[in-house]
Amino acid sequence: MSVSSSPDAFPWLSVLIFSPLVAAGIMAFLRGERLQRAWALVATLVVALGSLPLYWRFDPTTAAFQFVEHASWIPALKVNYTLGLDGISLLLVLLTTMVMPLCVLASWRYIETRLREFLVCLLVMESAMVGVFCALDGILFFVFWEAMLIPMSLLIGVWGGPRRIYAALKFFIYTMSGSVLLLVALIALRLHVGSFHIPDMMARPGSGVFQCWVFLAFALSFAIKVPMFPFHTWLPAAHVEAPTAGSVLLASILLKMGTYGFLRFCLPITPYGTQVFMPYLLGLSVAAITYGGFAALAQNDLKKLVAYSSVAHMGFATLGIFVLNEAGIEGALLQMINHGVTTGALFIAVGIIYERLHTRELARVAGLGKHMPVFATFLGVFSLSSLAFPGTNSFIGEFLVLKSAFLYSPALALCLVPGVVLAAAYMLRMLQRVAYGGPANPHHAGVKDLGFRETMSLAPLLVFVFWIGLHPEPFLRVMHASVRHLLAQANGAAAHGVFVSP
Amino acid sequence: MSITHLLAFLPEFVGLLGALALFVICLGRQPTPAARRAAMCIAVTTLGAAALTATQSATLFAGAYRVDAFSQFLKIVLSLGFVLVLLLNGELPDIRSEVKPEYYLFLTLSVCGLLMLVSCIDVITLVVALQLAAFPLYLMVPMRRERTGQRSQMEAAIKYLMFGIAANGVMLFGLSYLFGLTGTTSLPEMMRRLDPFLDSPFAVAGLGFTFCGLFYKLAVFPFHFWTPDVYEGAAHETAGFVASLPKIGAVAVMVRFVSLAGPESRTLAGLLTLLAVASMFYGNLLALAQTDLKRLLGFSSIAHAGYGLIGFVALEPAGYTAALFYIVGYLFMVVACFVVVARVAPDGVNVQLEDLAGLHRRSPLLAATLLCGVFALAGVPPFVGFTGKLALLTAALAKGHLTLVVLAVLNTAIAIYYYLCVVREAFFRDADDRVAVALDWPTRILCGGLIAGLLALGILPARILAAIQGSLSQGPMGQ
Repeated sequence: MSVSSSPDAFPWLSVLIFSPLVAAGIMAFLRGERLQRAWALVATLVVALGSLPLYWRFDPTTAAFQFVEHASWIPALKVNYTLGLDGISLLLVLLTTMVMPLCVLASWRYIETRLREFLVCLLVMESAMVGVFCALDGILFFVFWEAMLIPMSLLIGVWGGPRRIYAALKFFIYTMSGSVLLLVALIALRLHVGSFHIPDMMARPGSGVFQCWVFLAFALSFAIKVPMFPFHTWLPAAHVEAPTAGSVLLASILLKMGTYGFLRFCLPITPYGTQVFMPYLLGLSVAAITYGGFAALAQNDLKKLVAYSSVAHMGFATLGIFVLNEAGIEGALLQMINHGVTTGALFIAVGIIYERLHTRELARVAGLGKHMPVFATFLGVFSLSSLAFPGTNSFIGEFLVLKSAFLYSPALALCLVPGVVLAAAYMLRMLQRVAYGGPANPHHAGVKDLGFRETMSLAPLLVFVFWIGLHPEPFLRVMHASVRHLLAQANGAAAHGVFVSP
Repeated sequence: MSITHLLAFLPEFVGLLGALALFVICLGRQPTPAARRAAMCIAVTTLGAAALTATQSATLFAGAYRVDAFSQFLKIVLSLGFVLVLLLNGELPDIRSEVKPEYYLFLTLSVCGLLMLVSCIDVITLVVALQLAAFPLYLMVPMRRERTGQRSQMEAAIKYLMFGIAANGVMLFGLSYLFGLTGTTSLPEMMRRLDPFLDSPFAVAGLGFTFCGLFYKLAVFPFHFWTPDVYEGAAHETAGFVASLPKIGAVAVMVRFVSLAGPESRTLAGLLTLLAVASMFYGNLLALAQTDLKRLLGFSSIAHAGYGLIGFVALEPAGYTAALFYIVGYLFMVVACFVVVARVAPDGVNVQLEDLAGLHRRSPLLAATLLCGVFALAGVPPFVGFTGKLALLTAALAKGHLTLVVLAVLNTAIAIYYYLCVVREAFFRDADDRVAVALDWPTRILCGGLIAGLLALGILPARILAAIQGSLSQGPMGQ
């Protein structure tokens, strides 16, 4: 695939990637916590607004990469600085920039110590996350991918809950061990193709055996990040211990990097490997959906409940990816966005509860809805969205995934039914307890409803819940061309039977 | 000897003159402050001289000594390292006060030895330079202040000396084989004459034994036994020096000797692979169990020697470039860790991992330096450790050493745990009642410089890599 028609004159993506870093640098000179908070909010808002033109200027009729920037970086190692967006990464970049201001809002009161360092970590995270989705050079991708680990583990380890050290170490070790083989796979591809340029890698698939090994190295790394069953055990620990903003970042953005990796690397670069291992990954996805559902049903800690529901939801996304048809991949992409919106909102909501009651125990927060009607409304909508209620965003995504599963095999679709039912069970159980549950808990007296700041941190996500739920076309529109091209790469090449070992 | 020759020899000349001056200063009264200032002056002047002569090329002393892009690049790095080590030394709090001036003298002499080492292309001068670099170190290790319950510096010094002498003996034995096969002590000549014998066991044994002396410096398994003890027993400042600069010298000499073997020596590649894998596993697995920060760094240095060897397994310039780049980056990483060790323990007691607790509150700058240093050692981007490993792994994989590369990345995964333990203590634990660490200005400059260096070498390594590549393209023998 050609990279792009012509390099864009203005380096949109570089500006997006590096302005949070610059903002973090300026943060070092700001005194006073009010000023620092305000600056972080302004900076993330400006980046969010600055990313909007990407959507307007994006040409949805082509699968080529757009807004491409290319510069030589380390010639001795054939590493280049190449950025670009297509229909797969565009929405994820926008999701990242939109979620960031909400993270700053959500940690307005939550973070009481070392605020400056916290905000610097958030801004550095933003740079790295946008970088991951924009990178078109294997090593550039890897640098952003790994560089994210340091601020994220600091967010968990310094500002986290009681078991933060365990969670931070586990998160770091899991992700790092997964990605060391990713590096080997990238180097092997570079020696095969001659450069780290990702479109070049897509254009020249290797022999069948080579592809299988590369696929496995990729898949291990991405499966840990998603996380797919059975690599999910870092996720509940990290989610529960992380501060609200950390949980939101983890759920909304970081998990998407795993599925994004599958779409960007596994499917187009190792189509043969994908075909070979597809059934196993589908099996793991079904396992994740069912297991995540049952586990979520058994939780008494709100954050853990949402964390396990993430495992189930991401199972839908990986399932959609690996059935390898258009509805599936578009559903998976939309489900990634939906999960970012809905689960991000749920984590913010849990954080709001925790700030008031200093507990997340389901039994102790029961009946909160009586004192916080506005909050209960928000929570209700996001819970319904999470269980894919018609009219909300997840319904569209899950419907597309289910449809694709049915197209692939009715038996597979049948396997998903328990997962869908479980989602309704655990979410309604949570909602029923929190909003309507039990007689008034004595310690709830005097709990205030949402303030303006908190409303503002949830309201934008509410808009997206209904926007995607009722009119998903603007979101699906930008995907079509890229997804079709991706499928051609993943299916077409394999059909021609070119993968005979040399 | 004409003036151009003198100019080519300028950095070493400055260093040696400085050492003489230090000797005179040592004889005077109240010599310590003067010696400290003089040493700093010498270091900065040497750095200036090295930069000034960066483009020189000459052959001196009847073909025994070559000044070329390769040697001049390394001289800049070495004299920069000299400045860093002097900044790290501070006031030498843990060296016995009556020998502090001599400490500076020995330090300067050792650096002079290293400066000459990188230019030697004759076996005799090479051995002399190697000893000049090594002997002052044997004396610096036991100069640590004695206190009750801490006399390990003597044990460390004896171990360092015994292993050093033994390794040197083996090296000389190997050199005698090479001399016997070729009848010359000049390396370029030796390379030419060794060519027909390359497959003979004598040549392989000769090269193998010769490497032993360098493996000792690098702390490659099985020549590593001195490392943890010397790191633990020597003063923090001395350990910081032992851990950094001599390894650069050793890698430089390795590059010269490995090119003797030619690119197709299977046996040598196999031997180096074996040692690299053994070093990585041994260093990383034992580091997991350490609680003393310096011992941990000692075992990690064994593992890093293994990483460095990966570059040599490729037996081609891309690999040597990677190894040299990695070892230059390693200078910054290890000094960054040792500056934290030295400053967290101002009274010179060894630092346990839990002594780092809450460092991000007690001294944010030191904590940041530690974070960068440790993650660079762990090979996490965007620090130099990652870029170096990328270069090493690419070079090795290009020659088909897939098993070695996979084992190396597995080691990276093992190593991340103990590096994270360091970060855990410094960032995730609370300080309890530990006192804040006050830093003087030279230390702050050093910390800032190290962080900048680690980042710059990691993100913008293009020019340094190109410089190393360029200097190697003339051939390490300078044909």
